[in-house]
This record gives sequence, C-alpha cells and structure tokens, in this order.
Amino acid sequence: MAIKNFVIGGFREEPEIFEAVRKVRLSGYKLHDVYAPYPVHGLDEAMGLRGTSIHTAGFVYGLLGTLTALCGMGFCTAISWQLDIDGKPHFPLAAFIPITFELTVLFSSVGMVITYCWLNQMMPGVKKHLFHPRQTDDLFVVVIELTGKTTAAEVKAFFESLGAIDIGEQRAEAGWWYGNFAAPEPYQQTDMPREATVG
Amino acid sequence: MTPRLRNSCYGLVAIGIITLVAGAFGLGSMHFWATLLQDSLFFLLVSVALTLMLAAATLAQGSWQIAMRRVMEAIVMAVPVLGVIAFIIMMILVYGHKPLYLWTNVHALAADPRLRGKRPFLSPGFFTVFAVFMIAGWSLLGWRLRKLSLLEDQAPKGTTKYFWKAVIVSAIFAVFYAVTNTGSSWSWLMSLDPYWYSTLYAWYIFASTLVCSAAMLTLFVILLKHMGYLELVTREHLHTLGLWMFAFSIFWTYLWFAQYMLIWYGNIPEETTYFHIRLLGPYRAFFYLALIINFVVPFLALMSRDSKRKYASMTIMAIVVFLGHWLDFYMIVNPSTVGKAEGTWRLGWYEIGITAGFVGLLVLLVARSLARAPMYPRNHPFLKETVIHHTY
Repeated sequence: MAIKNFVIGGFREEPEIFEAVRKVRLSGYKLHDVYAPYPVHGLDEAMGLRGTSIHTAGFVYGLLGTLTALCGMGFCTAISWQLDIDGKPHFPLAAFIPITFELTVLFSSVGMVITYCWLNQMMPGVKKHLFHPRQTDDLFVVVIELTGKTTAAEVKAFFESLGAIDIGEQRAEAGWWYGNFAAPEPYQQTDMPREATVG
Repeated sequence: MTPRLRNSCYGLVAIGIITLVAGAFGLGSMHFWATLLQDSLFFLLVSVALTLMLAAATLAQGSWQIAMRRVMEAIVMAVPVLGVIAFIIMMILVYGHKPLYLWTNVHALAADPRLRGKRPFLSPGFFTVFAVFMIAGWSLLGWRLRKLSLLEDQAPKGTTKYFWKAVIVSAIFAVFYAVTNTGSSWSWLMSLDPYWYSTLYAWYIFASTLVCSAAMLTLFVILLKHMGYLELVTREHLHTLGLWMFAFSIFWTYLWFAQYMLIWYGNIPEETTYFHIRLLGPYRAFFYLALIINFVVPFLALMSRDSKRKYASMTIMAIVVFLGHWLDFYMIVNPSTVGKAEGTWRLGWYEIGITAGFVGLLVLLVARSLARAPMYPRNHPFLKETVIHHTY
C-alpha cells in the first residue's frame, strides 16, 4: 500500500455530491472515493464504477464445489473402497446430487462472502484511514487524490467553487492495513477542517 | 391487433380445427385423445398458474407487474374458455369414449382390488363435480380480479378501495389454488396411471405450469412491446420476468429430481413403473431432452444479467422454456396412455395441429380482452413505482 496526498471536500446535502462527482469527473481530477453516512442510490453510477463481477466469481466457486463433491464422493465409493449398497452402481449419480447441490451452494456462498469482503477491504481486523470524523455521521465527503498534474491549492479552490463546507488536505495511507487503529505512520493533516476547529 | 396477426391466428385455429376433424375420423385412436387431453390441460393449467402469479404479485404488493398487469388479466380471462374446452374433452373421456382413464373401465375396476380401494376418488361422479368446482372457482376468482382492476380505472385518482379488495380476492385464490392444484393434477393427470402415485406430483405440475406461465407472459409482453403497445414496460420489467423464469426453472428441476430420486432410491416396483417406460423404454430420448431444455439450457443461458435484459435472448429462452414444458406435459400424458398401449412413442401431426389451434385461440382471446381496456391500470396506487422500477 502507499502513502498518498489527498484533498477532501465535505458537503452537507446529498444532491451536492452528485453535482460534485459529476464536475470532478468532467474536470479530470482523480477521484479517490466518496464517503457517505448511508448508502446513496445511484452514486455508483454517478462515480462511473463498473458493475460488479462477483457473480462470475460465484459461478466459478460453485463449479469448484460441484467438482469437489463429485470427485470426493466418486473417489470414496467408486475407486478407493467399492461397496455394494442395495445393488446400486458404484457411482450412483442420483444419490450424489443432493450433496453436490449442497456443496455447490456452500462453496459459492462462502466464496462470494469472502470475495465481497476482500474487494471491499472489510476483513476482521482490517483498518482504513478515516478521512473525516463526520463522514459516518452527517457529512458527505468527496476525496480527490493529488497526482503530479494537480496542486492542492487548485483542488481546494475547485471544492470552494462547488460549495464544500469543509475542505482539507491530508497525507495518508490509501489502502488498508492490519492491526490496531493507529495508522502505520502518523499522517499529517496540514490544515484542520474549519468546522472541526470551531467545534 | 394488426390484421396480419389476426389472420395468422385464424389460420392457426383453422389448422387446429382441421386436425380435430381429421382426428375425429379416427375416433378410436388413443394418440388423438391423448393429444387433445394433453394440450387442453396444458393450456388451461398454464393460464391458471398465471392467475396465481397475478394473485401472488398482488398479495406481495409487487410493483413490477403493474406495467404488464392488463396482459396478465387478459390471459386470466381466457381461463373460462380453456376450462370449458378441457371439461368437454374430459367428460367425453370419462363418460363416452374411454381409452385413457383406466379407472372408468367397469371391468377393470371390478377385477382389481387396488382400483376398488381408490373408488371414492376415482369415480366419474366425483371427477365431474370436482372438475366443475375447480374450473368454476378459477374462472370466477380470475374474473373478479379483472373486474376490480377495471372498476379501479373508473374510480377517482388515489382510490385504494379496489386495491385492497383485489388483495382479499388474491388471498382467497391462493388458498383455493393450493387445494385445486393438488386436486386437478391428481384427478386429471395422475389418474392416467391409476396404480401409481406420488405425493410430489401436484408440486411438480405446479412448478411446470408456473414457469411456463412466466414464459407465456414474456412472449405476450415482447410481442405487444414489439407492436408498439406497453410503453411502460422497460428492460427492468423484462429482467424481472427473466429472473422469474430462471428461478422457477430451477424450482421445477428441484421438484422433478426430488420425485425421481425418492423413487430411484426406494426402488419399489409399484413406483418405478412410472420411470421404467419413460427412462428405460421408448421415451428415453424425450426424457433426456426434457431435462436438458427445461433445466440445463435455462440455467446456463439465463444466468447472466445481460441475457435477461435483451429482447432477443429472452424471446428465444421463453420459446425454449414454453416448448420444454409442453414436452414435459407430453411426457406426462403420452407414455401413460399411448406408450403403455402400443409400446412405442407417437409424436406427429396431431400434436402440431392441436397445439397450433390452442395457440391461435389463446392469442385471439387475449387480444379480445386487451382491446376492451386501457393497456395499463391508470389509477393503480403503484403506477409510479412500476415506471421507476429497477432490477439489480
């Protein structure tokens, strides 16, 4: 993971972030993420995030479960130790279907949960940088990553023009880390959010 | 309805009538009667399953169905006609010409204690009364749902009185269907094999007709959309129909397999006869074909999101599922009658002609009902929700 420079802009109302996100994408700044206190419908489309492909992962896990079940039971009853049960064949497919079905569902569901957590960086013990203490309370926070082409002052002026009530520059870990709540290295906040200082 | 479509429908009905007349010359033919019974029951039960879909969507207060509710109501309004046709055919089979239902044969009844034991249920009197009860109930409740929907159109905007009345009628229908679905499949279809029985049979017929009704609705919706009606139906509604078809294809497979596996495991001669003629006898190819086009093809083809949102792929899949469950009904009726009597399968002009006649008749009936009302319920409380309906 990497330490990067960010400029954050806090907005008070939901419609404002749609407008902000649209302008950010038009202006070509690198949108890091948008944080909202609750799930905002349509924000993923506004941010231009692609549709999830977790279904494909689920299909692959399911296939893996099917193969595991059939190979496991087939090895036991048809290859390793053949038993004559009620005159049925050594590989009785019909008798295997329920267990195959269960294992398919199990593999696919557990695999999808783990993949979902991995993609959203939500494993137990995983920590992420909190850009603004009020981003889970009542503030909609748009975070722009500073690249070599942009300066902090420029982005701050941009947020100012959009009507952000809370603008700040931060140097922080972009990804997740494992451990306690403290960041791997203390991040610097070059200027405190105005409202935070007021109280 | 364009003149071209109407003429094709009259053409299809004409083919059906010609087949009917041609078959009537060979009245002794068991194949002809089996086809008539299969097709009439298939179209009747599928339309009744669509009534259940309408009732379930009303009860669950689903908003997606409002955009196509008039199409569903129009198909539901075909139930009385299809019911009368099926009833006439069954009455001929029970009282007049008796090649199909073994239990109507007095000599067979007298000779066999196993049939004598089932006499209260498998008797012409009970059969007739129960059939009248079921068909009349379906028709009346379906007609009531349609009536309430039309009354709602006339009511002032924002009226919820008729909506709640429709919820009550739907609840009554759901309970009524739970009993009559079991009763109809046992007395009309399972009694073709009077010695054999399966407690899962009613569920199996239910799943088959329900998925087929979704396919039928999809075909009607796509046809009407193509003709420029149904401006409220979008890809989101198509996606919902695709989900319905996908889910109930798997549900059908679940019940099909549950019935098959228990009989296979138990291996009791009395029970395995049903699968002996279908799986090991002359119907082997149809058996596997039905399984492939009713499970494997919808499962793989309808799994992805994109295929459920495209008109082309949904049309193809709806046709495949519809034909697949037609074949399923063929596999229910034909082996028990023609297969048992003649030792071989028969599939030919009777099937094609009679099915074409029923398709033409159904399209004409639906078009007639559709023309009598606006294409969507104008005053339904969920009208806005169906316009902004979104499927993930």
